[in-house]
Amino acid sequence: MTSFIGWASIVVGVGFTLLGCLGLVRFPDLYNRMQAATKCVTLGTCGIMFGIFLLSGFNALGIKALVCAVFVLITVPVAAHALGRGALVFGVKLWKGTVKDQFTEDRGGESIVDTGAADKPEET
Amino acid sequence: MTILIVILAGGAFFCLYRALKGPSIPDRVIAVDIMSVIFTSITALVALKYKLAYLLDLSIALAIISFVGTLALAKYLEGRSLDD
Repeated sequence: MTSFIGWASIVVGVGFTLLGCLGLVRFPDLYNRMQAATKCVTLGTCGIMFGIFLLSGFNALGIKALVCAVFVLITVPVAAHALGRGALVFGVKLWKGTVKDQFTEDRGGESIVDTGAADKPEET
Repeated sequence: MTILIVILAGGAFFCLYRALKGPSIPDRVIAVDIMSVIFTSITALVALKYKLAYLLDLSIALAIISFVGTLALAKYLEGRSLDD
């Protein structure tokens, strides 16, 4: 039973990771892409590590997998949050269907919304 | 087991596409970050397959290095120094 739960957790984690990477390719905007990729890959990696812990038990492999899961769960969202803030300050354009930009409004600036010029095929 | 590792490698190729084609610099940075997290998962699955516990040390070190690199690039994009 423990083995079955471990394998199911690993398979669900791999599925989440693959869907996150697909979102990284398909979504229209930097912020949407960051949202999809970061959340899905964090949950998928934690699922894989927890499945490895369940399959191997309390030995060196399992404990290291658990430590790695906790570390990934803490660090990846922090890095993505800092990168999103940095990108907004850097001047990456929002998608044209964006509803609200609270961060720029609080700082008293004007939101940089993509007007569709970037939807054309690239020149390179 | 091998099929799962191959599926994860396919996801890493999606990230590689975004890192090569991304219109802006933060696109490339987040793609490389996600790719390193996927390599963490692949290393852990290889460690489970061959019962090698020391490969997970490599996995933890890869997570630390990608976190520090992404944070430094985010600070650089924001235009501030690293001790701000």
